[in-house]
Amino acid sequence: MSLRIEQDWGRFREIVRGKIKQNLRRYIVRSELIGKKGKDLVSIPVPQIEIPHFVHALERSGGVGQGDGDLGTPVGIGEHEGDRHAGNQPGEHILEVEITLEELARILGEELELPNIEPRGKKNIKSFSGKYSDIHTAGPESLRHAKRTFKEALKRQIISGSYDNVDPVIIPVTEDKRYKAREPVEQPAFNTVVIYMMDVSGSMGSEQKEIVRVESFWIDSWLRYQYKDIETKYIVHDAVAREVDRDTFFRVRESGGTIISSAYKLFRKIIDERYPHEEWNVYAFHFSDGDNWSRDDTHECIEILEESLLSWINLFCYGQVESPYGSGQFYYDLEDHLGEKENLVLSKIPNKDAVYDSIKKFLAKGR
Amino acid sequence: MASTDLKQHIEEIEKRAHEYELDFFDVVFEVIDFEEMNMLASYSGFPVRYTHWRFGMEYEKISKSYSYGLHKIYEMVINNDPAYAYLLKGNTDIDQKLVIAHVYAHSDFFKNNFWFSVTNRKMLNEMANHAVKISRYIDKYGYEEVEGFVDICLSIEDLIDIHSPFIKRQFAVKSFLEEDEDGRKPISKLRSPNEYLEDYINPPDFIEWQRKKSEDEKIKKEKFPESPKRDVLFFLVENAELEEWQRDVLSMIREESYYYAPQMQTRIMNEGWAAYWHSKILTEKIVTDTEIIDYADHHAGTLAGRAGSINPYKLGMELFRDIEDRWNKGKFGKEYEECNDIEAKRKWEVKLGLGRDKIFEVRRLYNDVTFIDEFLTEDFCREHKLFTYAYNRSTNMYEIESRDFKKIKEKLLFLLTNCGRPIIEVIDGNYMNRGELYLAHKHEGVELKLDWAKDVLKHMFKLWRRPVHLETVIDGKVRVFTADGGKKGKEVEIESFLVR
Repeated sequence: MSLRIEQDWGRFREIVRGKIKQNLRRYIVRSELIGKKGKDLVSIPVPQIEIPHFVHALERSGGVGQGDGDLGTPVGIGEHEGDRHAGNQPGEHILEVEITLEELARILGEELELPNIEPRGKKNIKSFSGKYSDIHTAGPESLRHAKRTFKEALKRQIISGSYDNVDPVIIPVTEDKRYKAREPVEQPAFNTVVIYMMDVSGSMGSEQKEIVRVESFWIDSWLRYQYKDIETKYIVHDAVAREVDRDTFFRVRESGGTIISSAYKLFRKIIDERYPHEEWNVYAFHFSDGDNWSRDDTHECIEILEESLLSWINLFCYGQVESPYGSGQFYYDLEDHLGEKENLVLSKIPNKDAVYDSIKKFLAKGR
Repeated sequence: MASTDLKQHIEEIEKRAHEYELDFFDVVFEVIDFEEMNMLASYSGFPVRYTHWRFGMEYEKISKSYSYGLHKIYEMVINNDPAYAYLLKGNTDIDQKLVIAHVYAHSDFFKNNFWFSVTNRKMLNEMANHAVKISRYIDKYGYEEVEGFVDICLSIEDLIDIHSPFIKRQFAVKSFLEEDEDGRKPISKLRSPNEYLEDYINPPDFIEWQRKKSEDEKIKKEKFPESPKRDVLFFLVENAELEEWQRDVLSMIREESYYYAPQMQTRIMNEGWAAYWHSKILTEKIVTDTEIIDYADHHAGTLAGRAGSINPYKLGMELFRDIEDRWNKGKFGKEYEECNDIEAKRKWEVKLGLGRDKIFEVRRLYNDVTFIDEFLTEDFCREHKLFTYAYNRSTNMYEIESRDFKKIKEKLLFLLTNCGRPIIEVIDGNYMNRGELYLAHKHEGVELKLDWAKDVLKHMFKLWRRPVHLETVIDGKVRVFTADGGKKGKEVEIESFLVR
């Protein structure tokens, strides 16, 4: 029995590769893509190439099950498990295709025709600041390492037999002397920090946050592909801003008003304290429904942006998700006042499908 | 192929199966390794099938899930005479025994179940023929061309009428009343003795009504097809403007669909039957003391259910056991149904002993729909803890919705009817007298998945080469979707409009 399957399998995989590219648009909005495994291998549930048929729109119609539990006991999570119906249904075909994040980012880049990010001039300077962590046999007396010197002397005396247990006197000679020395530490040439800011005020629903989640995942993948070391920080804000970890960033649901300047101030503070902008590439992504508390605050935001942030930042991206409650005025305010700034990108993301274009807009500048 | 030990097992189990009066095709066993198993499973058991990427897709899925230890295929058997069964090399002895018994029961089911009675029992050869033909077409017309056409066909492969092989069509009885040249029946009048009675005996209204009726019938006769056709594929094979090779490919795919349909229709019964028998044969006749733990482990694995879904093996087997028990004890019929004493019902025993006969009858005559409809009882639902579940928007979870017998049965039957697929009929093959194809979805409370339906329509447009319409119900309103060629050079477009 020959392995006839080779031909069909090869064909399928060819299509899948092409498939990823063509249907990336639809694909990108599928949150199943986010699933990191191990270091940088991500296991992506890829929908099989689904040949369309006439089928019932059964997605959320439930089914029949078997087992214990009171009424209301959960039996499965909405998006995945429940698509399987009472045994007789073939169920959704989910196929795990393994692709490294790097490969995925490359595909994304090709698909979106993203330019590679050009390094800025100043970042070519490598810094040689160092720590005194090395040991040399010569050096200034002020850096003499007493302990190591003593050890060397002791070794020498024991070997040569001049060491006396009863009267242990150790006298170092020149050859025993050891000096601390500065070890040049090569700083990674381009340090990059990415700060994600999200408005979590009452008007941002779970759908809006899903959009932010998907979009920031892809942006993150792309930037990681471009820069080897990357730091990410997350800020959420309603009327006050606070720094949170990644997990919280995507889960938290706050309520209350929206004072955007609070986030920008915190952002500035983080940069000033931890990531001096002379040494770091700074990317900022801010997502909000654009319904700021007051005009005064909007003016303050513009001021902060204009006077400090935009003068040194690589890229400041503002993505406005559409919310039934928000006026979306902030977008227009930024556009009016700062529309000409090169490193400010504004984008509206009315729905999940728009994520694709939004990413393209954000990253197309190659900065 | 099989080693001596295995041969002994096969012989013994075959003998035992005969003792239980299972009646099967000869079974040819092949022992194969996991790679071959995965490959064969991708081709759904047939060593030679036409080449198409979807088998590669199956392979990708099956081999991945095998290598990650998600699941393993122990056995496979195909409906053919003789039946071909594949056993996985490296199965333990007890595993092999279990699956051998399982295979015999499947073969018995294939041979005897009514719904399989019209399947091609030489399908192994037929599949190979299809493979040869398609590869010839590929040589002649090119890979892309043929593959693209197969893709289109696969999108409508399920538009068959699963009952059509059994429909006995009466030959049209020619009416004794001769039709006039126009194809109209003469209007029957009663003879009136006097002229002045004419209007009373043959009222003008009635005459007019008759004339109208006859006109209508004439229009109906001109309709094409005369009545709605569920076997959309057949209609297309017969009437679509296709190249000969395309017609051939389409009819091959239709044939394969008809071959697989009964397996879809009897999944619960077929697996249940096999599980019932492997468990019976093994525990009563085969398993040795040292094997019992491993047997129980494997058997339990087969019947295990995930929360929130039904395992067809388990449901089918338990139902067969339940039927056997009820017919043994006489727990059926008017007297039993009308008994109100729970205790008496529970202890009901009239020593009827008809259980075994009954389950053989059931395996012969029923399919999943009739099986569930007839034998799923309230007691059974309670005892086996069945429930329906529904989606809860606020928690994004599926939650247990009800343990009400009626609801459970209703839901199950709905999921099983027409193998869970919507029913699509050809209404008119010459719509508006423009040679357009008019299809209708028989709406039964659930809407079509629209984006897919539109894609299928686009595919059908490529087959039919004239606009294709689909009538369906969206939000309680009848809508017609039309796949049209669009403007020249443009892609197929879908338009929709409200009918009423």
